Amino acid sequence: MSDTIESKQKPLRTPLYDKHVEAGGKMVDFAGWEMPINYGSQVTEHKQVREDAGMFDVSHMVVLDFKGSGTKAFLQNLLANDVAKLKDQGKALYSGMLNHEGGVIDDLIVYYIEDNFYRMVVNAATRQNDLKWMLEQIEGYDVDFSERSDLAMIAVQGPNAREKVISLLDEGGAKKAEALKAFFGAQLGETFIARTGYTGEDGFEIMLPTEQAEGLWDGLLNAGVKPIGLGARDTLRLEAGMNLYGTDMDEGISPLAAGMGWTVAWEPEDRDFIGRTAIEKEKAEGSKMKLVGLVLEDKGVLRGHQKVITEQGDGEITSGTFSPSLGVSIALARIPSAVKDSCHVEIRGKQLKARIVRPPFVRNGKALV
Amino acid sequence: MSNENPSDLRYTQTHEWLRDNGDGTYAVGITDHAQGLLGDVVYVELPELETVLNAEENCGVIESVKAASDMFAPLEGEVTEVNEALDGEPELINSAPFGEGWIFAIKPANIEDVEALMDADAYEAYYQSEA
Repeated sequence: MSDTIESKQKPLRTPLYDKHVEAGGKMVDFAGWEMPINYGSQVTEHKQVREDAGMFDVSHMVVLDFKGSGTKAFLQNLLANDVAKLKDQGKALYSGMLNHEGGVIDDLIVYYIEDNFYRMVVNAATRQNDLKWMLEQIEGYDVDFSERSDLAMIAVQGPNAREKVISLLDEGGAKKAEALKAFFGAQLGETFIARTGYTGEDGFEIMLPTEQAEGLWDGLLNAGVKPIGLGARDTLRLEAGMNLYGTDMDEGISPLAAGMGWTVAWEPEDRDFIGRTAIEKEKAEGSKMKLVGLVLEDKGVLRGHQKVITEQGDGEITSGTFSPSLGVSIALARIPSAVKDSCHVEIRGKQLKARIVRPPFVRNGKALV
Repeated sequence: MSNENPSDLRYTQTHEWLRDNGDGTYAVGITDHAQGLLGDVVYVELPELETVLNAEENCGVIESVKAASDMFAPLEGEVTEVNEALDGEPELINSAPFGEGWIFAIKPANIEDVEALMDADAYEAYYQSEA
């Protein structure tokens, strides 16, 4: 367990802290924040999201607004994906932010709000590092950027999530929210509502002024949405085949070795984003490692850092868990690129057989492996 | 805590309990307090039958969704039975930690080792001071 100076500082609390305690949340440290790991049973919460609707307090995540005439050019240089793809207002884009060596500094979502105005959401654990990096890169661009710590964020996810959120909105807001296509967001007064998430289910992520967060939380509770902790957030995202920063990739791993190749916009060829030269070279030579999904065929539970044994060399599990939806253990693992079909995982001295699959494992409540 | 520690059991500092089966063997499980810390149990690696264990020896693993935790032998003895129901229903450890969620049975090498373990009051005082 790491015992950093940061974790000894006074823990940070989101505007919903009292609501978590009220709901019986078991509070733990997450990147310096006191967050609920669960409210009783992680498995029950997981199934609540797959089958109905659950809500997550993600107010610890970092919302950044970029404004000014140089914003688009700045982001085209900063990110491996290309914000020029965002032609319609409100459209969101998932991207890696790379260093010059092609390693992933963070993964993030950027929304095109209007011309010369983009909003970005980055991870809480990487906040300091991200801000330092962006400040270094912003030199020479006409961009103002501000951290929106005045906003709370609640993610509502599950097959019934949208309907329950919409039931709480006024007529105008409901119409706008109803019309949102996947991966689009819209401004409803001071609130920003986006059809995005980190669970593999439909739903919304809602950013709103901190002082309104408790009101929305209570409204959602009354509409039958249950609070979900970080524990289930992790099993849900893993089933959905979504990476967790710091676990599945970091500054020493390229997007090509992290299952993020699809997020790199190679075209147009003359867009020179940070890290391009390094990952172009890796792409030309062929990545030595790839990130794959594993399904354990024997009994046991796959966990991060377990050794993966293949005929083409060893690999490592980056995230592993028991999948509540599938009833077996699943993992993301980084293995030699040439490996196909199956491998073995070493657990407490025993070699257990695992099937190699292409994530996601579960989407919209359905098993895909 | 709603599920009180039964007064007829003996307890260890690593949160196992022992119950006298009346035939020279003792059933072993983990306490309600321990299962609460672990969260949803999804897999149990049971000790092998007839293994002779030393006191405090690592004798199995309980995997919850959250993490893997080692299980320890409460005293020196031979494994005489394992609860195979846990193979299909590991969640019995959560729902009935002192009953159907028992894990294995052990025949102590020295019967006086049982008396040396904590009683319910001592165990409760122990884990409350631990927190």
